[in-house]
Amino acid sequence: MHFGLNEDQTMLQDSVGRYLEGASELALVRKFVDGDPALAADLQNGLMDLGVPFVLMPAEQGGLGMGVLEAALIQEALGRNVSPSPFTAAYGMAVMALRTCGDSDWLGRIASGEVVLGVGATEAIGGREGAGLTLSGDKVSGRASFVMGAEAATHFLLTTGEQLLIVERSSAGIEEVALTTIDKTRHVVNLDLDGAAAHLLAGNNHGEAQSKMIDTGRVLLAADTLGAATMMLEKAVAYSKDREQFNRPIGSFQAVKHMCAEMAAKLEPCRSLVWYAAYAQDNVPEEAGLTSRLAKSHVSEIGKFVARTSTEVHGGMGFTDLLGLHYWFKRIGANRQLLGGPQAVREEAAQLQGWVA
Amino acid sequence: MDLNLTQEYVDFRAEVESFLEAHKDLAPNRNDRSVRSEKRLAWQQILLANGFAARTHPKQYGGYGAEPDALKSRIIAEAFSRAKMPGGISGQGINMLVPTLLELGTQEQKDTYIKPTLEGTMVWCQGYSEPGAGSDLAAVKTSAVVDGEDWVINGQKIWTSTAQFADMMFCLVRTEPDAKKHQGISYILIDMKTPGIEVRPLMTMTGYAEFNEVFFTDVRVPLHSMVGKRGEGWMVANATLTHERGMLGDPDAALSRLNSIADIMKQEQLNGRSLMENDIYRDRLVQLQGEAYAMKMNGMRLTTLASQKKSSGMAGLLVKLQGCELNHQMAELAIDVMGEYGILYEDSPFARDRGMWQTHYMFDLGLIIGGGSAQIQKNIISERGLGMPREPKPTTPAAQKAN
Repeated sequence: MHFGLNEDQTMLQDSVGRYLEGASELALVRKFVDGDPALAADLQNGLMDLGVPFVLMPAEQGGLGMGVLEAALIQEALGRNVSPSPFTAAYGMAVMALRTCGDSDWLGRIASGEVVLGVGATEAIGGREGAGLTLSGDKVSGRASFVMGAEAATHFLLTTGEQLLIVERSSAGIEEVALTTIDKTRHVVNLDLDGAAAHLLAGNNHGEAQSKMIDTGRVLLAADTLGAATMMLEKAVAYSKDREQFNRPIGSFQAVKHMCAEMAAKLEPCRSLVWYAAYAQDNVPEEAGLTSRLAKSHVSEIGKFVARTSTEVHGGMGFTDLLGLHYWFKRIGANRQLLGGPQAVREEAAQLQGWVA
Repeated sequence: MDLNLTQEYVDFRAEVESFLEAHKDLAPNRNDRSVRSEKRLAWQQILLANGFAARTHPKQYGGYGAEPDALKSRIIAEAFSRAKMPGGISGQGINMLVPTLLELGTQEQKDTYIKPTLEGTMVWCQGYSEPGAGSDLAAVKTSAVVDGEDWVINGQKIWTSTAQFADMMFCLVRTEPDAKKHQGISYILIDMKTPGIEVRPLMTMTGYAEFNEVFFTDVRVPLHSMVGKRGEGWMVANATLTHERGMLGDPDAALSRLNSIADIMKQEQLNGRSLMENDIYRDRLVQLQGEAYAMKMNGMRLTTLASQKKSSGMAGLLVKLQGCELNHQMAELAIDVMGEYGILYEDSPFARDRGMWQTHYMFDLGLIIGGGSAQIQKNIISERGLGMPREPKPTTPAAQKAN
């Protein structure tokens, strides 16, 4: 038994981390947020050079054929560097769905770089404002809201709840509404569809594929929050050693030390939980659903605590735009709500265990 | 990550399980806490002989002499827990004194004390805390002065669990009153039958006396009772404090406590509906489940780090703080789901398990405070784990001497 990362996983984590630390530095993220899309494309190319996006892609399609744990390590690095990237949707959720359905055609088109998928799964978790899709023949209509990975999507993978389908972004009958969220490092859109041409995924196990897709998405969002929150903790500790008031570093005051200790003590077990939940997706099928929900909900709660506490340690500077700390705060805030907030996800966890009908 | 056991460990687990199956009639009741029962002492002998107690202690002192293997230790603990059979005797003697003697004791001390301690026939208590020396443990005032062939001890200790039936105490005393605080302490072993020792039970908020106060009036112990040299007691004690921190907060225990609360929530009813059907209580349960899972996985990570002989870092430093807090919050939920029935205690009609969850709720608060309070833990985490600066020391001459 070995609970921890092996040598290959540590190397993957290090190489992606080192790359993003430079390539996704805050000044570049700011440019992206201000409307210059260059960073997203640059990161996509850079990550491609590292072979990273095809981590979940089966080897037969030219991918790395690795597991959700490796994907989570990449996602953690993306969260740590608040990197604009469609990774969660395009290379995590979508590839997991296609892999589960055995849809080698679409996998091949992704592997060739021809297709990048955004993913809309919100209504499979809980619908608001009457959103949802219906399929009639090969035409799909209705609304898919909070579709993720819109930065680079050429197509969208959507669900009617029972069936998974793909629509081309530029096809007729799709009206796209760009959403402005607190987190401007990633793009989400609403899609209003009116008889748009739909391509059903292969296979007849769409229910299973949808579950695995959402489980994977939740583990990755938890990993993203883990990375972002770890960075916020490190920034708080560094700032508290540097900033002086009353002729001493504020980090020497117990009030401040204890805030940092609480962040660290709550956050470090989240790392083990994310590792295990990710590992379970591929290796412990009976725990996959439960642990993805516990990871998503628990890490979201701790992430929120760290985001708030780190901002407070930074005092007034934390509240300004000058340090840019708010990019991490907002990334964590968005991850919490996407693919089911903590309460909704916990209720699913209870249902899964037969604790409620 | 690979959570499968290799064949060596699968075989080892089978070995432990078949031992347990073969010996189940000899095991005492798991809840039997009486330290002197014959059945318990006989069970300890069986466990020692088979390597399920004092597994890694040297053979010459009554241990089993196995190589340290964190995974095997965990497999043993899990197998005993699944079989609902009690493991070996634990306690401050085995967990704290024996490692200290192995590291720093004289040959005579090792020969005299380790074997009977491992066998459970010699029971120890810890004489560290004093009314004026809690978090600031190095402020101990209990004095020991040389008189002829003896140390003569005067003073008071507090929070001494097991003092009422202990044979011996390992104790911190001030032997060098003129030295700086940390350099004036010595570590001494005291026979509890020595004249001049008075043990008074210390009743706590739970209504039980889980601890004692111990008073020393001209207590004489031989000069060779010291472990380490005069004035080195702080260093000697710190060798064992590390062991105590490692002892607390077993992650498997947290998940099994959570499951028993889930059972209570299915049984307890409010207006004819089980409390599990109540959204608010159920959400609290799943919240705690997320945390209990995180702590369990943190514990698995620690097992791996230990088996690789790597430092546990932050993952280890947080265990006492987070583990105790989690237990306390679970007890809180158990009480809340019982509503008014949650306040029933002791032999009250309608009380659930004699109000056990209230006992947990109060005792767990004691654990949050004891063994290095939550605030001390946060100092340790921030200073050792995060490298944050220490609080500046006061600069008046009197304060400097006290430090």
